[in-house]
Amino acid sequence: MTIGTPTDQPSRLAFGGLIDRRLPLRFRFDDLELTGYAGDTLASALIANDVKLVGRSFKYHRPRGILTAGSEEPNALVELRAGPRREPNTRATTIELYDGLAADSQNRWPSLRHDLLAVNQLAAPFLGAGFYYKTFMWPAAFWEKVYEPAIRRAAGLGRAATAADPDPYEKAFAFCDVLVIGGGPAGLAAALAAGRAGARVILCDEDFLAGGRLNAERRGVGDKPAYAWAAEAVAELAAMPDVTLMPRTTVYGVYDGGTYAAIERVGDHLPVPAPHTPRQRNWKIVAKRTVLAAGAIERPIVFGGNDRPGVMLAGAVRTYLNRFAAAPGRRAVVFANNDEAAATTADLAAAGVVVAAVVDTRRDVPAATREAAKAAGALLVAEGRIVEAKGGRRGVRSALIRNRDGRDMHLACDLIAVSGGWSPTIQLTSHLGAKPMWDEARAAQLPGALPPGMAVAGAAAGDFGLGSCLAEGHAAGADAAEALGHDRSSGAAPVADDEPAGLAPYWHVKDSAGKAFVDFQNDVSVSDVALAVRDGFRIAEHLKRYTTLGMATDQGKTGNTAGMAVLAEATARPVAEVGMTTFRPPYVPVAIGAFAGHHRGKAFRPTRLAPSHAWAAERGAVFVETGNWLRAQWYPEAGETDWLESVTREVKGTRERVGVCDVSTLGKIDVQGPDAGTFLDRVYANTFSTLPVGKARYGLMLREDGFVLDDGTTARLGEEHYFMTTTTANAVKVMQHLEYCHQVIWPDLDVQMVSVTEQWAQYAIAGPKARAVVAALLDPSQDVSNEAFPYLAAGPVTVCGGVAGRLYRLSFSGELAYEIGVPARYGDALIRAIMTAGAPHGIVPYGTEALGVMRIEKGHPAGNELNGQTTAHDLGFGKLLSKKKDFIGRFMAARPALTDPGRTTLVGVKPVEPGARLRGGAHFVPRDATVSSENDQGYLTSVAFSPELGHWIGLGFLANGPERYGEVIRAADPLRSADVMVEVCAPCFIDPEGARLRV
Amino acid sequence: MRIRCPYCGERGLEEFTYRGDATVTRPETLDQTAEAAWVDYVYLRDNPAGPHREHWYHGAGCHAWLVVTRDVRTHEILGVELAGGPA
Repeated sequence: MTIGTPTDQPSRLAFGGLIDRRLPLRFRFDDLELTGYAGDTLASALIANDVKLVGRSFKYHRPRGILTAGSEEPNALVELRAGPRREPNTRATTIELYDGLAADSQNRWPSLRHDLLAVNQLAAPFLGAGFYYKTFMWPAAFWEKVYEPAIRRAAGLGRAATAADPDPYEKAFAFCDVLVIGGGPAGLAAALAAGRAGARVILCDEDFLAGGRLNAERRGVGDKPAYAWAAEAVAELAAMPDVTLMPRTTVYGVYDGGTYAAIERVGDHLPVPAPHTPRQRNWKIVAKRTVLAAGAIERPIVFGGNDRPGVMLAGAVRTYLNRFAAAPGRRAVVFANNDEAAATTADLAAAGVVVAAVVDTRRDVPAATREAAKAAGALLVAEGRIVEAKGGRRGVRSALIRNRDGRDMHLACDLIAVSGGWSPTIQLTSHLGAKPMWDEARAAQLPGALPPGMAVAGAAAGDFGLGSCLAEGHAAGADAAEALGHDRSSGAAPVADDEPAGLAPYWHVKDSAGKAFVDFQNDVSVSDVALAVRDGFRIAEHLKRYTTLGMATDQGKTGNTAGMAVLAEATARPVAEVGMTTFRPPYVPVAIGAFAGHHRGKAFRPTRLAPSHAWAAERGAVFVETGNWLRAQWYPEAGETDWLESVTREVKGTRERVGVCDVSTLGKIDVQGPDAGTFLDRVYANTFSTLPVGKARYGLMLREDGFVLDDGTTARLGEEHYFMTTTTANAVKVMQHLEYCHQVIWPDLDVQMVSVTEQWAQYAIAGPKARAVVAALLDPSQDVSNEAFPYLAAGPVTVCGGVAGRLYRLSFSGELAYEIGVPARYGDALIRAIMTAGAPHGIVPYGTEALGVMRIEKGHPAGNELNGQTTAHDLGFGKLLSKKKDFIGRFMAARPALTDPGRTTLVGVKPVEPGARLRGGAHFVPRDATVSSENDQGYLTSVAFSPELGHWIGLGFLANGPERYGEVIRAADPLRSADVMVEVCAPCFIDPEGARLRV
Repeated sequence: MRIRCPYCGERGLEEFTYRGDATVTRPETLDQTAEAAWVDYVYLRDNPAGPHREHWYHGAGCHAWLVVTRDVRTHEILGVELAGGPA
């Protein structure tokens, strides 16, 4: 017996394994303080420490152990790390051990060993397939209040961290000629062949140590041990300048155009990621060719008690023995339907584990298996089966074996190594929709139609022998390189023998005693499948939904094939007819954080700062997010306690003296060319080709369906030069629309356009004293008198000593107003200059709220009114629609329904009780009608307190609006129980003639 | 998905915006008898199972509008051209 030499790792073999015994690592699992070695996974270290019980099952809380040695693990899910870094449902089989690692078992209370929730097992008769469709249907109210909370508490997996993840995640992109997926024999051979031929290669391997089963089997490649050949192959690849090795990286999705998604676990093997590195990196890899060498996953044979700790896949047993030098048991029974029995028996015996029996389901057991059993001193039970694994929560204690004559024997054991054959890892071949094909000879799904550019090599193609894997991988790598124009200079393929397979399909032990599980993670047993069939579910996809077979974190990697075989048997059909569930990305669970990358918190989307931002921040402005922009909402002053107080002061200051507002966020588009005027005539509903140079005009843009798209002012700066503005919200959309109109509809027009939103800082200076302020800013000898620069004038100016800018006499506020534009780099200087120039006149900066108040007072529509459902007629702009030219939306805007007087039309409203407050969103109903949708006649879109009028005012849309001025209606707000009687009026409350604009 | 922009070369899907059917043509007449043609242009779209000509916008690149011929069953891209013809 060679087990148990290091006292703290009783099941660690005395020698061998690809672990570093000079580097012991301390770790904690629940309340156990343990030690492992560098090179261990958490699973191998637990096995070395004789820890068998690692979790409780999802539904019945049955004790569970480690089944596999890879990412397909259904049982050994733990919560890794603590606090905000706690990560639930991580597989112990893929967690790389590090010093100080802390993991906790999950889905148990109060402890793993004494899980009171295991009483669910007593309720098992009610928790069978489809239980939630049947058992808890009545009374209906009980579902939400009683059943669901109870089930949720008892069933489930790990707990998510309650605090934000402190670690960074990244997104990254890579491009290559040949992407090799999997670093086992086929993958290494493919990467070598393609790399030697000169192709740019990326090799992604899930493991931290490349080699796959080369590291797990006592085999040879050429004249070297397999693991040594793997290490040399990795060294050769690492030395090639055009080969990128990506360990700890799982390719989890295939997308169109040779695009692959991969998750790289950069820092998961460290307690905290190294400085300036992320925890994980989410890759998008674009490859011209791909070699899928993802290997195969072993599947269990289903028998009674097959979920007990100590029942382990035979390949995993060999991995733990050979790669990790850890013995999963002291006394084993091998149970198989194929030649894995021989290698497993030999490896167990070589490690000093007693093999009590080899139970082989085959009638004719091949010589190799017979000899291995004999050499190990094991009882060979040919055409035998295990009907039950018996034991307790600490695992298997004995196996009840039945021979071909039906005679039973009990054999004591603490390990059952089981192999039902291998299922090729073909998930990635199906992500673009292709269905796999059932291969009767291999009793496995093989790849169907492949994604363009992909080849499959080795075990993933169903060719499980080591020699085949190496040869096929080499050929696939050389072919890929050659297809991309590289010489066929890949050298000779590595050589090894093919081990025999000898598979005779055997899916489940029909005379099992006790529960026999098909899907461990979801607690789906053979009887659940049978029940589903009785309930009428006969297709793989239906079975999955009804029983949850193949769901959750492992997606049925170990259980699906047996599940389908059991379904086929229960419905007396061949497996090929049952079908297979659909494989979709991701192949392995991927943390949400990896998808978010660095786009979290403030970086979730970009923040655009207006040119006056720093100045506004210095003044203590309150900012509001409008789209990506951060805009000053109002500028509170000392002593002001309420936003309305500040906004009212800003409006009064502007209307009585002068105010300034940053309007740089409006979209700005420079349009130039001989056909610029014609182009604008076609995209605007009104006419711009007749606009004189040096003038600006309000413009209304429609969509082709006749509804309003956007509005703004456009100035003509030259014969062939226009400067368009759009609303802040629609700037990008309008630019895209204009480019569509030009490039797609009227490519013959000689016109060019470019967005200059960020190139110009623009300030509105409004109020009776605006002219004096502007005059002080302009360089001498520029005349801004009403005669020289009247309302709607526009043109170039120089300001503040030679800065080339532009002046527009535009007004959104209804006051005498100008907008000054300067290159954005002067924006900060200009706002400070404006404040200095305006100080003698009592200038007040105003934000978006005051801007909103003033535009509501003037009845100018904004975002609330330009909501995509309104027509020019609705806004009172019907007369703007030109009858002399074609323009986008003209034909459809003329449809009778879009100009029907019964449509809701823009009106103003004011409360009958002067002190009453209006609320946006209220609906209009006739004065004495009941508040109901039948009586709904429109709604209130914008409201404001008008400082000048001293009461609240509003804009809204009302059926037959213009005919109803003076009528009193109800603005009903049932949600906030705030009905207000309002009087309908024209949508302009101040200076309707516009006299103030033209002084 | 990857689209080979005539100006920028092959670029990732995230740089492009989909608009829709590129086979419809804006009617040239405003005559009321053309109503059916306008309704067809604005609202009605075929949904062929197979190759389809679509408008895509390279908004994160050169701002070109492209006609992409794509097999909507497989996402295979059979051709990419500038919507307005050669520039």
